[in-house]
Amino acid sequence: MSKLNSRIPEGPIADKWTNHKNHMKLVAPNNRPKIDVIVVGTGLAGASAAASLGEMGYNVKAFCFQDSPRRAHSIAAQGGINAAKNYQNDGDSVYRLFYDTIKGGDYRAREANVHRLAEVSGNIIDQCVAQGVPFAREYGGLLDNRSFGGTQVQRTFYAAGQTGQQLLLGAYSALSRQIGLGRVKMYHRHEMMDLVKIDGKARGIIARNLVTGELERHSAHAVVIASGGYGNVYFLSTNAMGSNVSAAWKVHKRGALFANPCYVQIHPTCVPVHGTNQSKLTLMSESLRNSGRIWVPKKKEDAEAIRAGKLKPTQIAEEDRDYYLERRYPAFGNLVPRDVASRAAKERCDEGHGIEANDTNEGVYLDFASEIKSKGKQAAYALGDHNPTEERMIELGKKWIEEKYGNLFQMYQKITDENPYETPMKIYPAVHYTMGGVWVDYNLQSTIEGCFVTGEANFSDHGANRLGASALMQGLADGYFVLPYTVSDYLANEIRTGKIATDSPEFDAAENEVKETIDRFLNNNGSKSVDHFHKRLGLIMWNKVGMARNEEGLKQAIEEIGLLREEFYKDVYVPGSSDEMNPELEKVMRVADLIELGQLMAVDALHREESCGGHFREEHQDSEGETLRDDEKFKYVGAWEYNGSDSKQSTLHKEDLNYEFIKIAARNYK
Amino acid sequence: MASKFINITLKIWRQKNSKAKGALETYTLNSVSTDSSFLEMLDQLNEQLINEKQSPIAFDHDCREGICGMCSLYINGRAHGPDSGITTCQLHMRMFKDGDTIYVEPWRSRAFPIIKDLMVDRSAFDRIQQAGGFVSVNTSGRTMDANAIPIPKADADKAFEAAACIGCGACVASCKNGSAMLFVGAKVSQYALLPQGKVEATDRVLNMVRQMDEEGFGNCTNTGACEIECPKGISIENIARMNREFLKGALTKA
Repeated sequence: MSKLNSRIPEGPIADKWTNHKNHMKLVAPNNRPKIDVIVVGTGLAGASAAASLGEMGYNVKAFCFQDSPRRAHSIAAQGGINAAKNYQNDGDSVYRLFYDTIKGGDYRAREANVHRLAEVSGNIIDQCVAQGVPFAREYGGLLDNRSFGGTQVQRTFYAAGQTGQQLLLGAYSALSRQIGLGRVKMYHRHEMMDLVKIDGKARGIIARNLVTGELERHSAHAVVIASGGYGNVYFLSTNAMGSNVSAAWKVHKRGALFANPCYVQIHPTCVPVHGTNQSKLTLMSESLRNSGRIWVPKKKEDAEAIRAGKLKPTQIAEEDRDYYLERRYPAFGNLVPRDVASRAAKERCDEGHGIEANDTNEGVYLDFASEIKSKGKQAAYALGDHNPTEERMIELGKKWIEEKYGNLFQMYQKITDENPYETPMKIYPAVHYTMGGVWVDYNLQSTIEGCFVTGEANFSDHGANRLGASALMQGLADGYFVLPYTVSDYLANEIRTGKIATDSPEFDAAENEVKETIDRFLNNNGSKSVDHFHKRLGLIMWNKVGMARNEEGLKQAIEEIGLLREEFYKDVYVPGSSDEMNPELEKVMRVADLIELGQLMAVDALHREESCGGHFREEHQDSEGETLRDDEKFKYVGAWEYNGSDSKQSTLHKEDLNYEFIKIAARNYK
Repeated sequence: MASKFINITLKIWRQKNSKAKGALETYTLNSVSTDSSFLEMLDQLNEQLINEKQSPIAFDHDCREGICGMCSLYINGRAHGPDSGITTCQLHMRMFKDGDTIYVEPWRSRAFPIIKDLMVDRSAFDRIQQAGGFVSVNTSGRTMDANAIPIPKADADKAFEAAACIGCGACVASCKNGSAMLFVGAKVSQYALLPQGKVEATDRVLNMVRQMDEEGFGNCTNTGACEIECPKGISIENIARMNREFLKGALTKA
């Protein structure tokens, strides 16, 4: 029954990628300029793919909805990028990065892809340094590293709390170079509205010029979707306001399967929700867990007093604090993976220990006081002061913190009006990343021929939970080092095709469909704004398809989203016209897709009767609240086929996951 | 957080498209939480406008955490409003008082034409970058090992500080000459400070400056407004470094 051929090469795990590369087809340099490739999205995955394909000589068209490719949301990644360089000599290796990632993903990722990722990770750092990315360095002039969750080595490279920014600007510089050389044509403020398929192959897209509203036809021999993740289905998330699922969803509607939609990463350290007009949530980098200790008051009455403003966190004695991660997971402590840390925070808040005075009392402390003292003491020693006063230690410690995390502390202070150098940060989990996405094979090709999907938009490398600092790694690995080979292998059969015309019936039909949808929304004459529906969708998702899920809630969510969809089409109001800059029109098209996706996420979560990674089913936990996987029944990728806007009708296809090289085991961070 | 609610009056620049004539329009907005960000306040206003079937205000924004550089806005005569070291999306309504009148305008610069209302076209920055804002290496990953060339921490830190530019354009908008020299100087400096960038430093600065001039940006007269209004605190030291690099290049290339 399976439609899914993962095309994993034969042979030992460490040789698969090399052997595969050796046997893939090539396109000669003189043929490449005759071949067109479209890249949708210019984040780390898209920019690196467009730059690399342009560099090779293909005729590339790149699209982004923002005003510049440099704005893509990869820019907001803070903490770092993993690579198995073992510069710190603390036992790291390609195998260990591979192993940590598979285990971190709760044994729901494909071994061969993850090993390839670990293999090329080192090259990414080499590449970025060669491009002039200013990573943090030690005094000796060599690169510095830090730790991230789910690992016991220091393999994370970083640039203060702005690593995503620096890596994206590196990829953007490579892309800019190709644009300058005329090998990539950039279409900014353009949004992909549909994929055009001819004879079963991806042959182009319909794009909308967001400034003029004009619909454009662009043809190509291959289409690469690098449009990011779908966290905004929750309305409130750490994603950018414009982040959306539409490009990926359009591909799905055209026949590509959508895998593991229910795997969502809820990041443990974000600034808690403050009010009903809030538009987004802000992440505080996981790197802070290198230095901060997470706690809540042991006594509920202390938590109540804090919420009422009668007590300050600094007044709670050491013995009255519950450092619950250190207590529950001594081996990894504050650096357990994200899903584990998030659930633990929820558990404490559900028990009444939350410290934030918002509607839900949800919040825990991330406290830097001990680190400030210990780093201050070290700094004083380095300065020859072997008996520093408390004040001196704190002064030097704060300086150390500022150098490491300055921008994050400033950001926190601007949002909350509280000084995190003096009082612990208040944090709570928020939607951050989506592991699910368009199903792709080992070559990153979807079930539509010639349609490749990369970065967060695909499902491939992170299983049911992504480890910190691995998204940047995947985006760049795929774009710089994987797609140039696999796309070429596909294009080798296209050298005789010639230019693809855009006046075919297929292009006509796709453009007409887009026009009809736009007109339908503009003439709807409803009474409620797009945001009204988006917020309601978000609430259903957060309450019933969020950090903890159960059968009853998921069934309700599926029905409620179905009703919401009907009401949305009847009653949404979109002002303005189609031939102008119209942000509300952009939003309504995206929210229409998010509603369908949200329902599919609930359907997927309901069918997966186990707990794994970010997918926690309350029915499947042990006596200590840890996740219980069911490898007998669910050791597969669940990939859904689209059968209309009611996602209950979607058909499930399974790709079995075979663990040939790693022994599958219960995930233990204790 | 003790949130308060305030009522405000807004004078906002409305302009249908790049060719239309624009004007300031007056709006009143009540019950704005002081914990809201400035853009959340604009969301609230837009929701009100949509409910009244009026046309919402177009403005650029995306990440809403001060890093993508997409948001702009001249607020009460200052780029990114009355706070320092932040972008508009990080500006919070606690900076304003009940009863305040707030003026909101787009970036004002010839090189940044208005698209609609508060949105401007900053693609000139992209074209400057395309003229030379890169190191000409291919993307094979087959370069030397990342640790092959040690870089003094001080240089790496300075390069990073310059590279922290988010390309928002506040420097241009704040400059009485509409100069882009802080933006260009930061990019030139980032590469000039690193051994990887030194190889083609001369061509880079000449090409980027040429493009900058072609785009219609003004010259620098050392007023320093750009540095004060830069949300990332990029230093005008970078302009001085660019000038040195440019002079060196102009002399050796001529």
